Amino acid sequence: MPLTRQEVEHIAELAKLALSQEEIERFQEQLSAILDYAAVLQRLDTEAIPPTAQVIELKNVMRADEVSPSLPVEDVLGNAPSRRDSYFCVPPVIEVAP
Amino acid sequence: MELTSLTILEAGRLLRRGEVSAVELTESVLDRIVAVDNQVRAFLTLTPELALEQARAADERLTAARRSGEGDLPALLGIPMAVKDVLCTEGVPTTCGSRILEGFLPPYDATVVARLEQAGYVLLGKTNTDEFAMGSSTENSAYFPTRNPWDLSRVPGGSSGGSAAAVAAHEALGALGTDTGGSVRQPAALCGVVGLKPTYGRVSRYGLVAFASSLDQVGTLTRDVADSALLLSIIAGHDAQDSTCVDLPVPNYLEALSPEIAGLRIGVPEEYFGPGMDPGVEATVREALGQLEALGARLERVSLPHTSYALPVYYLIAPAEASSNLARYDGVKYGHAAPGADELWELYKRTRGEGFGAEVKRRIMLGTYALSAGYYDAFYLKAQKVRTLIRQDFDRAFEKVDVLAAPTSPTVAFPIGARVEDPLQMYLSDIYTLSLNLAGLCGISVPCGFADGLPVGLQILGRAFDEATILRVAYAYEQSTPWHTCHPSLSVGQGADPAGC
Repeated sequence: MPLTRQEVEHIAELAKLALSQEEIERFQEQLSAILDYAAVLQRLDTEAIPPTAQVIELKNVMRADEVSPSLPVEDVLGNAPSRRDSYFCVPPVIEVAP
Repeated sequence: MELTSLTILEAGRLLRRGEVSAVELTESVLDRIVAVDNQVRAFLTLTPELALEQARAADERLTAARRSGEGDLPALLGIPMAVKDVLCTEGVPTTCGSRILEGFLPPYDATVVARLEQAGYVLLGKTNTDEFAMGSSTENSAYFPTRNPWDLSRVPGGSSGGSAAAVAAHEALGALGTDTGGSVRQPAALCGVVGLKPTYGRVSRYGLVAFASSLDQVGTLTRDVADSALLLSIIAGHDAQDSTCVDLPVPNYLEALSPEIAGLRIGVPEEYFGPGMDPGVEATVREALGQLEALGARLERVSLPHTSYALPVYYLIAPAEASSNLARYDGVKYGHAAPGADELWELYKRTRGEGFGAEVKRRIMLGTYALSAGYYDAFYLKAQKVRTLIRQDFDRAFEKVDVLAAPTSPTVAFPIGARVEDPLQMYLSDIYTLSLNLAGLCGISVPCGFADGLPVGLQILGRAFDEATILRVAYAYEQSTPWHTCHPSLSVGQGADPAGC
């Protein structure tokens, strides 16, 4: 079942990806082909089969809550595209009153 | 013998005896890189000054040790190596082969990198990779494709293609790679080197830039099996920084090596010799199986009936996990940020639209779809259930046999450009390697000959945390065959140089 253009645009919105018109058309075709291929899984009866999310049986690995040094702020913020003091700068997310 | 063609263990012996200095060794390898890397293009970043500084420090230690008679030196002292560019190296650019991380300088070392450093290695640079390790040919690098040293018009495999090509072309004595669906073993096979993918949980992934967290593992690329055993002994073991890294004792894998495999039970999974396989590859691998039998191993046919489902399962689970892991690239904390965005969501969308390449976008889209409301049960949950069936296939097989033996890749290295327009065709490169990651087991690819003048890999698959046995089988095979001594000619369309082995 091929994906519609609207579906591709909706997924791109969920994934926060700006796509060109050409990319949307190409992905519509390619993702449809891959999902068609994946439909082969529906042939298997998995009603009684538990899912595998990860293969090791570890659960809730705990450690003591001890104070230890963190990475230096300058090293961490050194990669930020935009910063002020010890903050990351981003465009406004709330409307500013006039 | 050229210094650049030494194995890690051979070079270590020469260094300890003072027959060569770490600076001489490092300079020869750097010279080799200057001479051939404009053709091979294995490296994204070179660190020659750091390398020589580390080599000088190694020489000081080696000289002092010879004077004082100290015998207990770190295992990799003065050994020049390469690291795949998805592993964080403090202060050295780490791009993941992506524009979105161009210029990123990690503030810390990955645990595996720190362990190599404690063992005294010399860092030559960071190797090329498919963007975020997503690919099977290294053509998805945002920077340039790497070429196969056996035929420069062909791909080296991927995604650890830069590491495999660097080791094959004698531009490093060994290298680290990562394997999420075959990304160490498949390029090792296509480049004629040894590639080891340890069990999920055996090696820390702290500082490995995450792609698919239930599948990713760090592995090694080396000229022979003994070097793989040595490196695994160094990088394996518990790490408090990675809660998925298991706290189990680390055996001395090197000491455990033995060419003795008489009586060992080796399963041959019939599904790994299916349609789509090169006849030349099949003949070469069958001959290798015959050699294992000649060494006294007992071959048994086994079945892994859900093998054909591994590809669709992998291409739902890995993209789903990737779509979540790659949400962090948003133009705020590091890397590329779209200029001029005046609203936050616009910054996210444009940064990601500009910074990611086609394959990464394709997988984020696929994963987002598989996890989205209304499709989660039909795709993601279904894939996780079939993953259980794939694991059970292996559990049953390993009740009867000690290891499995199979081809690593269905074909030899393919021409650059041949599969880039057809994602499904590219994904098929990994049909014999994906299942192992889904089951979380260990595997190794060892050179087993040539088809059409290009290297073929024999894959040995083992039980969880039983690296010692797959290393032993690979070692026994390798030591009874000449393939690990063959060297590539670094030309177009030439393939094996018979004078080289």
